[in-house]
Amino acid sequence: MATEPEAAEPVVPSLVDRYFTRWYKADVKGRPCEDHCILQHSNRICVITLAGSHPVLQSGKTIKSISYQISTNCSRLQNKVSGKFKRGAQFLTELAPLCKIYCSDGEEYTISSCVRGRLMEVNENILHKPSILQEKPSTEGYIAVVLPKFEESKSITEGLLTQKEYEEIVVKRINATTATS
Amino acid sequence: MFPLTEENKHVARLLLNTGTCPRCIFRFCGVDSHAPYRLPYEELLNELRKFLETEKDELILEVLNPPPKKIRLQELEDRIDNVNQNGEGRLSVIEDGSIASRNSNLNVCNVCLGILQEFCEKDFIKKVCQKVEASGFEFTNLVFSVSFPPQLSVREVRSFAHIKLYQSLSLGRNDIVQLKEAYKWTTHPLFSEELGVPIDGKSLFEVSVVFAHPETVEDCHFLMAVMKALNKIKEEDFCKQFPCPPNSPKAVCTVLEIECAHGAVFVAGRYNKYSRNLPQTPWIIDGERKLESSVEELISDHLLTVFKAESFNFSSSGREDVDVRTLGNGRPFAIELVNPHRVHFTSQEIKELQQKINKSSNKIQVRDLQLVTREAIGHMKEGEEEKTKTYSALIWTNKAIQKKDIEFLNDIKDLKIDQKTPLRVLHRRPLAVRTRVIHFMETHYVDAHHFRLYLKTQAGTYIKEFVHGDFGRTKPNIGLLMNVTADILELDVESVDVDWPPALDD
Repeated sequence: MATEPEAAEPVVPSLVDRYFTRWYKADVKGRPCEDHCILQHSNRICVITLAGSHPVLQSGKTIKSISYQISTNCSRLQNKVSGKFKRGAQFLTELAPLCKIYCSDGEEYTISSCVRGRLMEVNENILHKPSILQEKPSTEGYIAVVLPKFEESKSITEGLLTQKEYEEIVVKRINATTATS
Repeated sequence: MFPLTEENKHVARLLLNTGTCPRCIFRFCGVDSHAPYRLPYEELLNELRKFLETEKDELILEVLNPPPKKIRLQELEDRIDNVNQNGEGRLSVIEDGSIASRNSNLNVCNVCLGILQEFCEKDFIKKVCQKVEASGFEFTNLVFSVSFPPQLSVREVRSFAHIKLYQSLSLGRNDIVQLKEAYKWTTHPLFSEELGVPIDGKSLFEVSVVFAHPETVEDCHFLMAVMKALNKIKEEDFCKQFPCPPNSPKAVCTVLEIECAHGAVFVAGRYNKYSRNLPQTPWIIDGERKLESSVEELISDHLLTVFKAESFNFSSSGREDVDVRTLGNGRPFAIELVNPHRVHFTSQEIKELQQKINKSSNKIQVRDLQLVTREAIGHMKEGEEEKTKTYSALIWTNKAIQKKDIEFLNDIKDLKIDQKTPLRVLHRRPLAVRTRVIHFMETHYVDAHHFRLYLKTQAGTYIKEFVHGDFGRTKPNIGLLMNVTADILELDVESVDVDWPPALDD
């Protein structure tokens, strides 16, 4: 995770710290370590990002390309939203695919929504410059913005892990790996 | 001088017979001078009866020249009956009031249902005025509005149709004096006298009276949209549906309501906000107040009290976030005070009101407080959408910076930025990209990770997002321009560049 070490400087809460709550989903779709981080704003809007433990963010990985064409008929780029009530948006379930990431080592990763709601937008900046996704996964490198239904704004996080729970899982993984090696 | 002439006698008698009151009779005869209507009811009734005192021959002539065949036989028989019942075939109106009492019940007029009887006389007006005075409104003139039940129009048309059967009239339906007109001619002078103020159609103070007549609500059921239908329906069809002539009801109209209301007044000014913990409008979620008070309440509550108004509507030339201060000359605002009971204030009193507001809180201060007109709201909108603002922001950078690293920002003029709807408002605003202009910037170095940025921007620019970039959704942004991660720690509005409302010397 890219952060500049701040010597004696008091930690300034970042934009994400101030306005968002971090939720996690680990091993999405059963694929090991493909962890997602959902940033939930106090106004219920969710930003889908990769968690630091995701394979794509590990050193040595190069992204060849990113595609929002998730099936022959559906491209997330075609998502059009209009008006205050965001009509016309593609509706997402927890397992709905958002994009596909192709790496130079031949690996392919699908990023999922993890929350139910209307798709507001996908990040076109990472299409043009995929490295942003690895440099700033929690801000400029976000994947998508989702607006959950008002009635579901609290319940969507029921299936997700808190920061603490996620960290425990990561620790468990590391211990498991060291134990076997 | 009695306003009816020989010409009118037949019509007048006919109407009186069927139970129509003197003032309505005047209306049907096209009497359009105000004075006759203002005479007291009893006097009018007596004068009318005197006027109608008939000669024997006249009436017999009438019987011998029966009305056209269109008339139902029964009616004709009724009339002959009456002549016979009086034996000699002479009808004396004054002596036994037979015409008045037998054929018609002049207790309640069959056309106006009492409106032009007791409801336009002094006693009723006094009752209304008592209510007006008790309401506690301050006024120097008034406009009087009255609402009648639709049955009145139906009854008038029916009476007119009835008269036409007996009498080819030189007057057409449009020559009948409107009920509302006659009502106002009679009542306006009485109101003025009782309350001591003139009636003025443009007055902001409105006294309204609504009449209803539950007994005859059924009269209209065969007509949709009464007035429109009355104009369209063929007379034959109409006559089939409605008793001819209109019957005499047992009771007069009831007064549904007497209400007073004053049109809104507007107060404008400019406010400064010195708290970083104060929302513009009350912040309430699920019935729970999240932050104490608000800009609009701190200003408007005092005005509500002093103007004795029912409620207020607060608008301003744009607004700032809870954690943003408004410095400089402040932000223009306008408050609409709804249904104010007190409206006259000297400029000295307004000045004192301003001082009172300023003493009551150190979170906000107001200046240039003044009474304005409704066009104030237009000025607010214009200010919000078209006028520039200047700001001062305290910026943090993740990388250590030196003075020279920020100097280049001072040279950038009229920078165009594209802002997608910020995530923090996306739940309630449409998703869109807005192009805005940063007119100029001025930097002041603070330390290795901080500097102050002064900037002047186009209306509608999101400053916080210009600094931190909002996930890269505002481009360019300070972070991108400087190739750092930047965040905003403090924001102040330095000026709102609107020269309205006019500045007052304090």
